[in-house]
Amino acid sequence: MTHSELKKTPLASRCESAGGKMVNFHGWLLPVQFDGIIAEHKAVREAAGMFDVSHMGQIFVEGKDAWPFLQYINCNNIKNAPAAGTYSHILTEKGTIIDDAISFCLTPEKFLVVVNAACISEDFAWFQKQAANFNVSVRNESADWGMIAVQGPQALEKVSNLISDVPELPRFHIKEIELFGAKGYVTRTGYTGEDGVEIMLPAGKIGGLWDALLHLGVKPCGLGARDVLRLEAGYLLNGADADQTRTPYEANCGWVVKLAKENFVGKAALAAQKEQGLKQKLTAFVLKSPGVPRAECKVYSGGKEIGVLTSGTYSPLFKGIAVGYIPADVPVGSEVEIEIHGKRAKAEVVKTPFYKNRV
Amino acid sequence: MHTEETSRFAKTHEWAHTEGDIATVGISNHAQEEISDIVFVDLPKVGQQVTAGQNCCVIESVKSASEIYAPVSGEIVEVNEALNADPALVNREPHGNGWLFKIKMTAPAEYENLLDLSAYKATIQK
Repeated sequence: MTHSELKKTPLASRCESAGGKMVNFHGWLLPVQFDGIIAEHKAVREAAGMFDVSHMGQIFVEGKDAWPFLQYINCNNIKNAPAAGTYSHILTEKGTIIDDAISFCLTPEKFLVVVNAACISEDFAWFQKQAANFNVSVRNESADWGMIAVQGPQALEKVSNLISDVPELPRFHIKEIELFGAKGYVTRTGYTGEDGVEIMLPAGKIGGLWDALLHLGVKPCGLGARDVLRLEAGYLLNGADADQTRTPYEANCGWVVKLAKENFVGKAALAAQKEQGLKQKLTAFVLKSPGVPRAECKVYSGGKEIGVLTSGTYSPLFKGIAVGYIPADVPVGSEVEIEIHGKRAKAEVVKTPFYKNRV
Repeated sequence: MHTEETSRFAKTHEWAHTEGDIATVGISNHAQEEISDIVFVDLPKVGQQVTAGQNCCVIESVKSASEIYAPVSGEIVEVNEALNADPALVNREPHGNGWLFKIKMTAPAEYENLLDLSAYKATIQK
């Protein structure tokens, strides 16, 4: 696919002007890097960086049954206090992961669900199908919204120049804003392991926000840095670390499963899996020699192949880090080998997150 | 003293220059810019026999792994050990201290068939 055939976010031309090296990301034209992944990673860990995340999806769920509906299609307990957001997984009947998403309560009868870009059509179709038995309307407004993630220890200070009362917004909460004459939302969320916000504005207004943040000295960052930051922070990459062959338990996200809830899609399958125990689990590794583990690399123990990596990268903080699926009974501290370019490199099984700092 | 101008290039972005029958090999400035943020160089072993076009080294950036091909045939007689401690030397000085390895050539005519700088630049101007 040539670049001209790819979907463009409302910030594509600004990303290119800022020196973004544009690539195809799930059919979207997005910057993989600007200055360089290491410099961008450093900006987010030490100052403030911004990411064009306009490709992400916004699905609004409205109506008398909005909350019961979201409770039914999510395995986590969705909060229904206005402004509260909840991270959860949306599952198939088999208990496997369709998507991970955050549902924000705007009012007890109106929620905004922010979903992964690659899952927008599938999520929306699934929402519509499941909504048949509920008194709700489901609207996919993904194309109407632009979105920028501002992340890092200086993120709140920078954003406070444009939006009031941001430091007072609790983590995982949302508030409506008015900026550049348009209504939008700010959420105290992110995908980097740093404090920060994500700001949604109508597609036609998001460019003004990019320009203002650039003027405030917030560094443009690309998908490359974002992937390193999220892996360090132990966040799943849906489509790689989680997909419709894996349950939240297998993805090491058991904390999002609330079996005490009355009913939700996938509950029976998850209850059965909890009873039977796991065969495989998403496990984290740190390489003990130089080299960079990547997705698809095989994992060995005692000379025997035991699994495969789903994500891996070079972390400026921890060097070679990775996650992958191996038998669930391999304890933290175990030594394994990861095959990189035909050579086996020693690695240690570790706990996630690799990086735990401010959030 | 060799420079970018006095080096010869493979279409796969390696450069070489020679002293007698020893060819020093590195990657072009264009290649290091494209790869960016080099974090590890998996060098060949001294004593290894390579043939022109053979994958014999891997350069890892944060984002990807790039295979490096021997531009000429022969034996690896030296590798740039400085890259083990400072792989980003390849980004900073691709034509100088960021060289990768040296080959004792068995077919020096292969070197003569490599591209000169202007011919190489023409292959990357697209």
